[in-house]
This record gives sequence, structure tokens and C-alpha cells, in this order.
Amino acid sequence: MQFEAKIEVSPRDGIANPEGSTIERSLPALGFEMTRNVRVGKLIRFEVEAESADAARSLVEDMCNRFLTNPVIEDAAVEVLET
Amino acid sequence: MTQRVGVIRFPGTNCEFDTIDAVRALGGEAEILWHSDSSIKNVDAIVIPGGFAHGDYLRCGAIARFSPVMEAVSDFALAGGPVLGICNGFQVLTEAGLLPGALQKNAGMKFLCSMQQIEFVSTQNVVGKGSQVGDCLQIPINHFEGNYVCSPEILSRLETQEQIVFRYTDNPNGSIKDIAGICNEAGNVVGMMPHPERATSDLLGSNDGAALIQSFLSV
Repeated sequence: MQFEAKIEVSPRDGIANPEGSTIERSLPALGFEMTRNVRVGKLIRFEVEAESADAARSLVEDMCNRFLTNPVIEDAAVEVLET
Repeated sequence: MTQRVGVIRFPGTNCEFDTIDAVRALGGEAEILWHSDSSIKNVDAIVIPGGFAHGDYLRCGAIARFSPVMEAVSDFALAGGPVLGICNGFQVLTEAGLLPGALQKNAGMKFLCSMQQIEFVSTQNVVGKGSQVGDCLQIPINHFEGNYVCSPEILSRLETQEQIVFRYTDNPNGSIKDIAGICNEAGNVVGMMPHPERATSDLLGSNDGAALIQSFLSV
């Protein structure tokens, strides 16, 4: 079966996020003074072949732990959709 | 004893020749080791120099750690061989799990290129021979991702086991506890963001890096 994997990589709680802080400081210049806690991460998407949704998720989580994220500074939220 | 130093070159490495020149100027021998070779050719020590290994895609050092040569580097390091990672080399060592923690973007979101003063916090490692704790050195930095982070547990282990090698006296990048360089528990693997190979002659603005490379060549 074919699945689409989406991995939202975000900075771990408690880890400073210089990109987010810079954006947060810039938004008021455009009049957006109501924003708080800006955090910048990344989205990784790909297709994956597996026997079931559970199997696909387990493969993607393994990829996250071993390569796609650095658990010292990043968290991953994995989503697997059948295509 | 003249040390034969292997300098690892990944696609995107750009400090290998500065490193080789510095090693040779200080009496060592140096040769380049290509990242896709699986052997480190019986060298006595390894430097992973600065640059942008594999374009630094995904994260700095994340792809370099899978280059075939890294398995040999890892075996060499675990057997006690001297390994020095400079700048991008430090990032590669953290991604490879040979040093704890990680390096993220500088707190000010700026690429930094300047002379910095760093202070020896521990000399129980391969770059500390001949130096004293508290010695201050002028060594240039040249990085965007030099902001060292780690968990509180790792930080307390680094402190109690004397694994913090250098700290900045005026923190340029937001590194936790002003950390500029660390080592593994045994002291044979050192990673540092400043570039000692660029501070090996007064003509370059500082000769303070020579002591570190001399120490590295004499272990």
C-alpha cells in the first residue's frame, strides 16, 4: 500500500528558537503586535510503501529517530495518510 | 614523534587545506581522506575540518555522518584515537553521536566571522597538553550554527566530568554556558567551533591556535 508521510519537525520545548524569536520581533513593525511564541520548524513530506498504516507509521518514526530529526533539539509529529 | 594526520574531506568541506598547512607548519604530516573511502589508512590522528559537508542539508552534519569514512572514524575514536572536529567538524561529531548535544543557529540569526577570546576550562584532552586552565586564546570563529545546546542532564555531566574544553569570554552566539568546545569522557575526541588552524601565525592575527594543534600532534 502507498502512503503519504508528513513530518512536522519543531524545536523542542525549552530549546531557544532564534528564527522564531526574530520573526516575533519583526511582526510588530507591520502592526501585528498581537503575536506571541513564534516557533519555526520544517515540514518533510514523502511517499512510503508499506503493508499497513501502522507499519508505515513505524517506518517513518524510525526514520525520524535515526536521521530526519535530531532528538536533542527537535520533536517530530508524524502523520501517515493512505493515498 | 611526527604524527600522520588524516583530514577528512566531504563534498562541501572547505577548510582542509588550511588544516593541512597548519599541521605541516607545526611539524606533522597530513593527508586528505575522502569521505567515501571506508579506510582511514593507518593515520595517527583525525581532523574533521570546517565547511558545509554535503551542503549541510537537513541539518549540519546530518548527512555527513552516513559517509562511509565515518564508520572508520567512529571505530578509531572509540578505540581512543585522537579526533578533532573544527566548526562543521564539531557539528558532524555531535550528529555522529561521538560528542553529546547539538549546535543550532546563532542566537542573533547572524553569520559570525570574527576573532574571539576563548578560555581553557579543562586541559584533560588532546588539545590541552602544555596549556593551563584559565589560559585565554584569540581564535577566529566563522559560523552560522555554533549555538551549543544540550539537556540539563548532559550539561551537568559535561561540567562534573571536565568535558567543557573552552568557553567564550564574550559569548557571540548564545551557546549554553558560553561553551565554545567540548570533549568526550576520555578526552580523545574534541569538538570546537573556533578555528585554531586559522590562528597559527602572527600574520593571521594570532598564533594562539598553534598550541592546540601542537598538543594534538603530540598525543
